[in-house]
Amino acid sequence: MDILIKGGRVIDPAQELDGKLDILVADGRIAGIGKKLTAGKGIEVIDARGMIVTPGLIDMHVHLRDPGLEYKEDIVTGTRAAAAGGFTSVACMPNTKPVNDSKAVTGYIIAKAAAEGAVNVFPVGAVTQGSKGEHLAEMGDLKEAGCVAVSDDGRPVTNPELMRRALEYAKGMGILFISHAEDLGLAGDGQMNDGFTATELGLKGIPWVAEDAATARDVFLAEFTDSPIHIAHVSTKGAVRIIREAKARGVKVTCETAPHYFTLTENAVRGYDTNAKMNPPLRTAEDVEAIKAGLADGTIDAIATDHAPHHLDEKDLEFALALNGIIGLETSLPLSLALVEAKVLDLDALVARMSTNPARILGIDRGTLAQGAVADITVIDPDARWTVEAEKLASRSKNSPFLGREMKGRTTYTIVGGKVVYKAG
Amino acid sequence: MVFKHKDILGLQNLTAEEIELLLNTADSMKEISKREIKKVPTLRGKTVVNLFFEPSTRTRTSFEIAAKRLSADTLNISASTSAVQKGETLSDTARNIEAMKPDIIVMRHAISGAHHYLAKRVSYSVVNAGDGQHEHPSQGLLDMMTMREKLGTLEGLKVAIVGDITHSRVARSNIYGLTKMGAKVFLAGPPTLIPPGVERLGNVAVCGRMRDAVEDADVVMMLRIQLERQGKALLPTMREYSRYFGLSEDVVKLAKPGVLVMHPGPMNRGVEICSDVADGPNSVILEQVENGVAVRMSMLYHVSGGGPTE
Amino acid sequence: MKTEATVILDGVGVRRALTRIAHEILERNKGITDLVLVGIRTGGIHLAHELAGRLEEIERAPVPVGSVDITLYRDDIRTQTPVLPVGKTEIPFSLEGKRVVLVDDVLFTGRTIRAAMDAMMDHGRPQCIQLAVLIDRGHRELPIRADFVGRNVPTSRKENIQVRFDEANRPVEVFLEKN
Repeated sequence: MDILIKGGRVIDPAQELDGKLDILVADGRIAGIGKKLTAGKGIEVIDARGMIVTPGLIDMHVHLRDPGLEYKEDIVTGTRAAAAGGFTSVACMPNTKPVNDSKAVTGYIIAKAAAEGAVNVFPVGAVTQGSKGEHLAEMGDLKEAGCVAVSDDGRPVTNPELMRRALEYAKGMGILFISHAEDLGLAGDGQMNDGFTATELGLKGIPWVAEDAATARDVFLAEFTDSPIHIAHVSTKGAVRIIREAKARGVKVTCETAPHYFTLTENAVRGYDTNAKMNPPLRTAEDVEAIKAGLADGTIDAIATDHAPHHLDEKDLEFALALNGIIGLETSLPLSLALVEAKVLDLDALVARMSTNPARILGIDRGTLAQGAVADITVIDPDARWTVEAEKLASRSKNSPFLGREMKGRTTYTIVGGKVVYKAG
Repeated sequence: MVFKHKDILGLQNLTAEEIELLLNTADSMKEISKREIKKVPTLRGKTVVNLFFEPSTRTRTSFEIAAKRLSADTLNISASTSAVQKGETLSDTARNIEAMKPDIIVMRHAISGAHHYLAKRVSYSVVNAGDGQHEHPSQGLLDMMTMREKLGTLEGLKVAIVGDITHSRVARSNIYGLTKMGAKVFLAGPPTLIPPGVERLGNVAVCGRMRDAVEDADVVMMLRIQLERQGKALLPTMREYSRYFGLSEDVVKLAKPGVLVMHPGPMNRGVEICSDVADGPNSVILEQVENGVAVRMSMLYHVSGGGPTE
Repeated sequence: MKTEATVILDGVGVRRALTRIAHEILERNKGITDLVLVGIRTGGIHLAHELAGRLEEIERAPVPVGSVDITLYRDDIRTQTPVLPVGKTEIPFSLEGKRVVLVDDVLFTGRTIRAAMDAMMDHGRPQCIQLAVLIDRGHRELPIRADFVGRNVPTSRKENIQVRFDEANRPVEVFLEKN
């Protein structure tokens, strides 16, 4: 069915568009955009007055846990959570069981997502076979099968020589390299940010230098090999500075952060809350400010969730035994809108970081409302207030530090390829 | 002043008044162990479970004697005999024990915060007998009781704590307790074993050299150094550790005359403390052990009344 | 609610009563051989010292005085939330074979005395235990009777009897509060 979205504030940084406009969707594509479009017969009209209409949001870093770990999440529940959070596309990391290091696994993900997924799923393949950091994976094959990037996310490529060759190889194959920048030796068996709070709680710390040193190494290797590199989940002041300086001297580096890194500090761990345990860990207030500054000045290109579902049995444990990671798809939008409220970003810049830039970095034909583009659209009520409740989350897992927290702003419609896949209510 | 906590998880979340109450009660309890019949009927009909996930003869025995002197029934579960070896979670272990209707669980666990986890999930009282590198409140209390007994007050004392601060729950509980009671704590240890921000835990100063911490101290508390830490990233050798951070008679002389020398045990003689000092006139190490029973009686007594959850 | 206080024994009356009790103790025990006094915390301790002073004056020899805190022996410990503070018990002598005179200020239900007797037994096996109180206000709940009584005061359960001590812990007066 064709759709007319009327009267919303339409923001499309790709076209430098920001104004009260109507959007007509026909045959799965943007058929028209302009003032006072009229609805023909049998067209569904969405009253978007007071709403914000954006190109469908894109989360370039999620863990769908499918195949193999479906008890945490699968492609169906994960994409439903994405739709509820306003995301029309997600890029899923390869640390599944088996690891997505082959076109067979990639093909499975793409086929299942096409058949049962609520939103577009763009797989990320592994850099090394089994993400073991030993032998390069078949990146050419992975790209051909549909992977938009490679990453050993969850683990860094520790061997610098292998890292260098992987960057060269990925560049040659024309596939993006996403780096999980962490020095495992420095991180050790740390459980939270190294510092005063860790000292107080008697928990082993992960120092910021574990992230900064690895980020610096990866940026230098990208510079040396003249390859594009995307740094995942940036959480420290130092990493922002390293990337800012690298960008200034022309290194092809992009990066993302996650909402928890600009919303929470290590204080959230107090009381040994395992839902505040993730890697990289929550850092200090100073880091939070640096992340915001990085978002504001464009050093940080994208906001991604690092949506990492875990079963209650893997989280309801003593702190040291609980697994790292939190879900984020359904809380990312309001937490990011809070940046607009706090005047860190304007709405256009926010949409760029949640849609335009991820599309550009991943090289996918999404992230715009231009006439003729695939009709992936998110309609947002910026003023709606709601409370995060476990039982209302679409994700199969409920490991969120934001449970019980009041949010401002939510998705009212998520439209993928011209079809409404989520409607608030 | 009354004690309102269901659990004793650490000294960090107790007030100075509550710590004083626990110490005062411990002072009163001490007399019981000197009687011919070393028992009072106070906890008759109560069940105290000692759940130890780490081996500890000293602390477990001390808690067991404390419970028995208060007439509680005691039960010891150690990790080697428990279902934990079979992969049971702490949550399941706790629920299984709860079904047996205990009143108090005294737990030792290798993971920091394990007691906080447990206390939130069970109706019985949880008493922390040491959690990871976090807290060891009964040790902190018995140390303070010994200092107060010997020196009259904790207010204004200069207490040096020397050794591996990073991995020490004894140090943390003493820092929280002592600084709340008006003492000033001076820490010394190898730079690799001083945790970041430790000076913000209370009225704490970090000294580069041991002699700076010990100089004019009223109390010198030596921590046990884990021998397995040597030869890795944290320490070169025990020989060097002992040279810089071991307590010898010469170092003791820097402190106030009549300084108390303490050690939570078990000691590595000749490493962190030399035998002349450990067995010398300033050593109150055996008094610490004696006071341990009184302090633990006090802790068990105060949580036995129940009260609101923390 | 207004509280009304009536003095039922003034300073002179208290002193006279204690002197009489001291003589009665000597008469009953035929002197101070093997005699010890144990005051029940806190009023009983002060009175025990008063009695000991009088005994020493008469007999020209000191009588040992100890103190007992009965909190750990209370029969209502299981219903106390939170538990009551515990005072010190100080009996720096053996009770084995001794003639123990327990001293308390007011005898009421008898439960405190039961607890104190249990505490005595844990300190050894005395030859006998006697009880001296300044006031017996009745309402016994256990089969307990005082051997030496300063004054019997019939009361209602709602009333409260207080012995006031001065800064030197010497008894000043006894008054009755009506609620």
